[in-house]
Amino acid sequence: MGVLADSIVSLRHVEKWFGENHVVKDMNLEIRQGEFLTLLGPSGCGKTTTLRMIAGFEDVTSGTIEVQGENVQTKEPYQRDVNTVFQNYSLFPHMTVFDNVAYGPTIRKVPKDEIKKRVTEMLSLVQMTGYEKRKPDALSGGQKQRVAIARALINNPRVLLLDEPLGALDLKLRKQMQVELKRLQKKLGITFVYVTHDQEEAMTMSDRIAVMRDGVIEQLGNPMDIYQHPDTRFVADFIGESNLFDGVVKFVMGNQLAILTPSGMITAVGEGFEAGEEISVSIRPEYLSVSREPGDGYELLAHIKDFIYMGTVVKTSLELENGQEIKYSRFDPDESLHEGDEVFVHWDPLKSVAIHTQKAVTPV
Amino acid sequence: MKTRKRKNRLPALAQAGPVSVWMVLFVTVPMLFIIYISFMTRGTFGGVEYKFSTASYQTLLNVMYFKVIAKSFKVAAFTTVLCLILGYPFAYYIARKPPEKAGKLIMLIMIPFWTNSLMRLNAWMLLFQTKGPVNNLLLALGLISAPKTFIYTDWLVTLGLITSMLPFAILPMYSSIEKLQKSMLEASADLGAPPAKTFWRVTLPLTFPGIFSAIILTFIPALGIYTVTDMLGGGKVLYIGNIIKNQFGVIRNWPLGAVCSCCCWPSPRFSSSSTPGFPRSRTWR
Repeated sequence: MGVLADSIVSLRHVEKWFGENHVVKDMNLEIRQGEFLTLLGPSGCGKTTTLRMIAGFEDVTSGTIEVQGENVQTKEPYQRDVNTVFQNYSLFPHMTVFDNVAYGPTIRKVPKDEIKKRVTEMLSLVQMTGYEKRKPDALSGGQKQRVAIARALINNPRVLLLDEPLGALDLKLRKQMQVELKRLQKKLGITFVYVTHDQEEAMTMSDRIAVMRDGVIEQLGNPMDIYQHPDTRFVADFIGESNLFDGVVKFVMGNQLAILTPSGMITAVGEGFEAGEEISVSIRPEYLSVSREPGDGYELLAHIKDFIYMGTVVKTSLELENGQEIKYSRFDPDESLHEGDEVFVHWDPLKSVAIHTQKAVTPV
Repeated sequence: MKTRKRKNRLPALAQAGPVSVWMVLFVTVPMLFIIYISFMTRGTFGGVEYKFSTASYQTLLNVMYFKVIAKSFKVAAFTTVLCLILGYPFAYYIARKPPEKAGKLIMLIMIPFWTNSLMRLNAWMLLFQTKGPVNNLLLALGLISAPKTFIYTDWLVTLGLITSMLPFAILPMYSSIEKLQKSMLEASADLGAPPAKTFWRVTLPLTFPGIFSAIILTFIPALGIYTVTDMLGGGKVLYIGNIIKNQFGVIRNWPLGAVCSCCCWPSPRFSSSSTPGFPRSRTWR
């Protein structure tokens, strides 16, 4: 893949070993100027390590990282034009909010009145005006995070790296901060590289998401792509909720597939599949339909196990005849359904996604 | 609201109670007693005659005592500074090692201190004697032409003080540096600070509680310890510690000893009054 003209950070064949552990495997990634890119994956997938390699806190074992076309291999963290917002904020406890935010410009010997102007500007940007004289200890988690963001942004970084910055906040504040961060990023036009294990957070904020697993990017794309067309079984399972059926393709008619699974025969739509191939089929809970009478296509017989009322949706667990549990969700509670009822489950094959089980991971 | 306040106050008092009793019994009362004695008269055959007198204070006005006190403070201060300069890098080095390795290194510092301190001081004496190994080595290397006198000099006393005090400087600094989060240093580097600036602006201020403890733990003993000055200083160099010891022990002029003790007080009083309330003394996270 060629270098994108608007690429600001490039990772090429980046490898990272910690002793015997292969943490990042042949990673190739082009991060575009001004985008909000999220590295998403379960803990231990190498996302934080990737971020730390861009910041310069970890060396790459092999491969190159370029920032604005310049190899940053030999540059120390303090020489790089990127700034980091840390998971635990890492504000300097012996300095006031003002001194924390002023740290970067002070080090670079920016004139005092210029610093004062910039700090005031930054604090108002993150809505922390009036807290200049406080010590970090006297701030709440959300306030600390705002200060940490201001402290990083005052340096006009080419790229802002954020390592699970909202991880320690409670749900409501986290949601609010997600929206604020996204707006801030749009307003400033700075490239954000964001690390999280929270798929909902990634969906909310990102222009593109790189879903990582075991040191490999499984899929890179915009949130809608990743949700609607997962490339791998892992992505289908990790992003949102999904019902997964593993089986063997029996017939292929154009793009229509009939698949035999332990739960029964199902249909799906997909290109490039052959009869006899092992595949997985993913169907989102909101695309399922449930009825008391059999329809005229393929359907699966199930028992209703339980309902969970979530406010916006009702989540229903269904148990198929072979014991597999599947999830079904709808907006309005269906009064006619009760726990233990026998129902037929079906779906529009166009809404299902067929996934090659042995998907070769192609370089991005 | 009222009952709540009371409920909270009782356990606090219960906690502070024994400590307060302890402090009063073993710190305040002896100190007051010393002050009391310092205003008494020397007994004819030693001891104290309980008659008010400022004679001992007048004795202290003698220039000789001033000189001794000044020198004692100077040597103690010098020892403390050197302990900090030598101890800090070492403490930093240990603190950045993995815990099991750090434990072993700490052991290496502690092992010599299982030996009696008099034994260690004797060892220094032997090493630095006029015909001792150090002189022999220097002669053999041709660095000096005649044996030098090391023992009973101020600098050997200082060396003895430093070696005696160094662990007490290293340990508190180690515990402070160990608590310093790596992410603080990373944040500083991330914001553009080269290592030296990070050290002055982040590492040093954040490990100051340890440095402060190290100062207290080296300066005060260095001022009062008389075994080191007695042995390595011989009878030749006088320090405040020796004077106090002699006044109480050999000469049995208790009031003068008490007066000399009072002169050393600014330091222990400073330590005991400022440590608990010291605003930075708690650990940061």
